[in-house]
Amino acid sequence: MPESDTLTTVKPPFDVDKIRADFPVLSQKVHGKPLVYLDNAATTQKPRRVIEKVRQFDSEEYGTVRRGSYKLSEHATQMFEDVRQKVAGLFNAADKKEIIFTSGTTQAINLVAYSFGKAFVKEGDEIIISNIEHHANTVPWQVLCEDKGAHLKVIPVNDRGELIMEEYKKLLSSKTRMVSVNHVSNALGTVNPIKEITRLAHEAGAKVLIDGAQSTPHLKIDVQDIDCDFYTFSGHKMYGPSGVGGLYGKYDVLKEMPPYVTGGDMIRQVTIEKTLYADPPARFEAGTPAISQVMGLGEAVDYIQEIGLDKIAEYEHALLEYGTRVLSEIDGLNIIGTAAHKASILSFHIDVIHPHDVVTLLDQDGIAVRGGHHCAQPTMQRFGVSATTRASASFYNKFEELDALAASVRRAIKLFS
Amino acid sequence: MSYDNELYQQVILDHNKKPRNFREMPEATHSCHGFNPLCGDDYTVYLKINAEDVIEEVSFMGSGCAISKASSSLMTGFLKGRKVDESKEIFEEFHKMVLGEMDPETQEHHLGKLALFKGIREFPSRIKCASLPWHSMMGALAKSENVTTE
Repeated sequence: MPESDTLTTVKPPFDVDKIRADFPVLSQKVHGKPLVYLDNAATTQKPRRVIEKVRQFDSEEYGTVRRGSYKLSEHATQMFEDVRQKVAGLFNAADKKEIIFTSGTTQAINLVAYSFGKAFVKEGDEIIISNIEHHANTVPWQVLCEDKGAHLKVIPVNDRGELIMEEYKKLLSSKTRMVSVNHVSNALGTVNPIKEITRLAHEAGAKVLIDGAQSTPHLKIDVQDIDCDFYTFSGHKMYGPSGVGGLYGKYDVLKEMPPYVTGGDMIRQVTIEKTLYADPPARFEAGTPAISQVMGLGEAVDYIQEIGLDKIAEYEHALLEYGTRVLSEIDGLNIIGTAAHKASILSFHIDVIHPHDVVTLLDQDGIAVRGGHHCAQPTMQRFGVSATTRASASFYNKFEELDALAASVRRAIKLFS
Repeated sequence: MSYDNELYQQVILDHNKKPRNFREMPEATHSCHGFNPLCGDDYTVYLKINAEDVIEEVSFMGSGCAISKASSSLMTGFLKGRKVDESKEIFEEFHKMVLGEMDPETQEHHLGKLALFKGIREFPSRIKCASLPWHSMMGALAKSENVTTE
């Protein structure tokens, strides 16, 4: 395999071993073999400084936010708002008030579907999603359409897993209220042309939500350049804690939207007769938030920005190309999702082995990958499979780990042949 | 270099590749569709039971992983010719074994070669794969159209 060998000589733009040393979990053995963690599309591991930040905050600085007028609380509030500013910086939002903390992407999309839908979607209107969405960007819109008598339209994909833009254009009309698509498909790795999608939707008078759960830690994102109305993200997919994530929304759009969850913190004044709601972002942040997790998220943002998202994208692309090469050389293995623009996700199907058997056998070699429908059953249906095996690489993965993946897959195929 | 586990033994691999009694049964008196929504294992189990409560014929159709397919194949071979009550008792023993509540090495049982599934207890996420056809068989006896495991 001379070509594969050539690729290993691509020099990473940073010291991968040094980065690996930042992640305590990566040094362990599984079934006596070094852990090869390739399930980053499901959730990423945490660098020591994120773990340490949460521990240190809880040990020394914890207090409630936006309420107390004593030192601990005021300090915690300041730190909490500093993280909001950091997140705004990560996405190049115009103002930190455009960042709303949620439990993650699922809650962020539900927030928009419920709140925007309540105010602006009526009977006969249309919502457009794509055929390669996560269930979190499918079910909330189905529920909204059912409630309102609106219709869900789906952008089809070609055999490479790319959105068919000509078909998208045909779906757009004056009835379209919202176009909601992912930036990167979690099941296939396709990077969608979101700037073009947004421009076309705006021409039709629709708003745009971009599900960024899968893209945030892997690509440089500029919401002002994309011009989308909403962008969502999850902390646990960007080297931060689980249970925290968020929503970017254009302020002009957010301020016209009613609350999603109601209660404390989201009000201006409550009397028994009537409640005046707070302005965004507080309007959408009822209840005590995940304070400690937000601190960890802020540390994760610093960490990936210090490494540099350009460098991360460059190296992960090299991993994608290498992984594609070594897996393509295996007889009986088909990669599903071969878009021209892809993130480092390798979804594949093996003729003779079901994905769940692949996962169990790879686990015996210390390799963690995902087998299943990846919460994207319509995507699986489009490609005529019930499930795939998915390996997803991060900047802490090495070319050698992809060799180990390919060797383990070959061994599994041999057992089943 | 062999895999250090008891899960993918030759018998299981063989039944996965060449499943026995793998056919629809139009003359079935009982059948049940079993589905695991988490992993997509999807089988229908067919039974033909006579007036003496004996399972005269048993077959299955569907798709899924090697463990579920081999378990279905071995189950059908094992239950053919057995009484309904006896089959229910065997289900109980099999279920206890895969959950790790019964050790066929040290405890008395009636599972015969089905005991080879005992290794599944080391793989908690795969227990449902082995037990799905058994739940489907029980569903068929109870005249249920569908059973799910998750």
